[in-house]
Amino acid sequence: MSLIEVKNLKRTFEDGVKTYALRDTSFTIEKGEFLAIMGPSGSGKSTLMHILGMLDRASGGKFIFDGKDVSKLDDNELATLRNKEIGFVFQSFNLLQRTTVLDNVILPLIYSEDKIDVRKRATEVLKSVGLEHRLDHYTNQISGGEKQRVAIARALVNKASVIFADEPTGNLDSKSGAQIMKILQELNDQGNTIILVTHETYTAECAERILSLKDGELVSDKKVTSRRRVNKDDIIK
Amino acid sequence: MFRAIIQSIKIASTSLLSNKLQSLLTMLGIIIGVASVVVIMSIGSGAQSLILSEIKNLGTNLIAVIPGYGDDDDAFASLGGFAVTTLTYDDAVALRNKRDVPNVVAVAAYSKGFGTAEWKSETYSTSLTGTTASHLEVMGGDLKEGRFFNAEEEKRFSRVAVLGSDVRDELLGQSDALGQKIKINDYTFDIIGVMEERGVVVMEDFDDQIFIPIKTAQRMSGVNYVGFIRIKVDSEERVFDTEEDIKMVLRERHNIKDQSGGNDDFMVKNIAEALAMITEITNSLRYFLAIMAGMSLIVGGIGIMNIMFISVTERTREVGLRKALGANNLHILGQFLVEAIFVTVIGGIIGIILGVIISFIISVGAHLLGYDWDFIISFGSIILALFVSSGVGLFFGFYPAHKASKLNPIKALRYE
Repeated sequence: MSLIEVKNLKRTFEDGVKTYALRDTSFTIEKGEFLAIMGPSGSGKSTLMHILGMLDRASGGKFIFDGKDVSKLDDNELATLRNKEIGFVFQSFNLLQRTTVLDNVILPLIYSEDKIDVRKRATEVLKSVGLEHRLDHYTNQISGGEKQRVAIARALVNKASVIFADEPTGNLDSKSGAQIMKILQELNDQGNTIILVTHETYTAECAERILSLKDGELVSDKKVTSRRRVNKDDIIK
Repeated sequence: MFRAIIQSIKIASTSLLSNKLQSLLTMLGIIIGVASVVVIMSIGSGAQSLILSEIKNLGTNLIAVIPGYGDDDDAFASLGGFAVTTLTYDDAVALRNKRDVPNVVAVAAYSKGFGTAEWKSETYSTSLTGTTASHLEVMGGDLKEGRFFNAEEEKRFSRVAVLGSDVRDELLGQSDALGQKIKINDYTFDIIGVMEERGVVVMEDFDDQIFIPIKTAQRMSGVNYVGFIRIKVDSEERVFDTEEDIKMVLRERHNIKDQSGGNDDFMVKNIAEALAMITEITNSLRYFLAIMAGMSLIVGGIGIMNIMFISVTERTREVGLRKALGANNLHILGQFLVEAIFVTVIGGIIGIILGVIISFIISVGAHLLGYDWDFIISFGSIILALFVSSGVGLFFGFYPAHKASKLNPIKALRYE
């Protein structure tokens, strides 16, 4: 069974005139894949990510996540599913200000009912992204690359089934960007499903498969023939 | 949910501490409201206990007989006793009879009016109290100079006067008082005594009075009745029995056959009843004032609402993020409600501390002014203040929190 199955997915916005952000899109994503969604701005790639990330609802079509028909869930069930199954990494980091690195990573856990030691779990995850020395720093005291690593730790802390990375290197210098891509690839190697949204071909080629969108339509879906492996000191431009 | 609440309190306290001035201004309405409620409740209790203790100092074994008959509401109307003419000097004399009223200690009759006193070129207007020689036995009070008039002088219409300390100072200044002749309403009197300073006791200023024999006072104003009679009983336990004895004596003297009291032309009141009445009046006054002060809590609450709206707008992206990470509407609602309640409760606690300090300063000030003022803070008023201020947070925080919880996560995440 595929992790994500999308059939004839539509998303329209009605604001006086009806606009199609997404038309009849169909594809599947398997567990453990590293997928990139590409396209110029206005192509519908953000809309697609919001629907797949359960932040938005499709106007038509089917979206099956791990066997569940997502369109039949109410807002609270969506929130619970998001909390358990999905991790987000945003271009602008979206960390809480005046809050420590550790508390930022704990954030998804406070909305979960799992009985675990949240500090211990968050510390473990931060260690895995190499930030064990920054636990008690405030988020304004660390660099951009470190911020994005905190965001990745936050996405991992609930053992999500899929991580959405929306232009994760967009606000970073090339060296930090390379580090982030390397971490994402390593996470994928460990079995995590990763969906990367980007408009840069270079970044997209770090994935195994690329979906290209244009004007709300899926124009191509192909494997990356020469996949880019990011090494520690690579520079992404 | 528990983790979420702990985290909300943590967030609320960090944001409070990082904007100290703004937080203080936000809480000011609540602080002032709670502090004024605490102060008013405290002053009310202090004043009440002051009045009650003054009455108790007079003795709870006092009974007053007032002419006329009415409900409790009319009782004050006849206190002056000018219009109602049913009580006489002889009634007071009859009540002294131990055979009829076995527990009587002393009986004093009063006929009150106003008098203008003249001495040399000085004049002074004050209240003129015609009373019996037994006044001191019933009401207490000490003489500073000279003596009070005796029963003989009372019966013989003597023109002798005893001055309250203020009257003496106003009229005679530093001159010797005893033996001086003064004119009161154009009648000449000998000053035979000056009372020790006593102050206001239950709304009656004992220092601003001239005491003269009651028969003299009656003759001067051409009346043959008395304003009221006070009876001192030997013990508090005998007050109710003695009231019945008094009623029997007066009914017989006034030819009233109806023993049920329906035709009585007089009323018998004791201090215990007066205590209950004054407690009731001061209590309702206190609660009324406290509610008025509490109104400022509404103003404070609107301030809280305003700041919560600003906070929700400022933190729109944060709300979007929390939703993306799995917070449902209830989590967001709870977070902002906890923050609003946290702010109002902190404001309430500061208000209580401020109120207690102000009340304490007032009680110290009252002591310096010579009042025997008790510093009273009731535990109930503090609990109430805390309860009300958290209620204000809940009520005025709800709408902004509700608005935050309904934010669309995508729009919120994109909000600049």
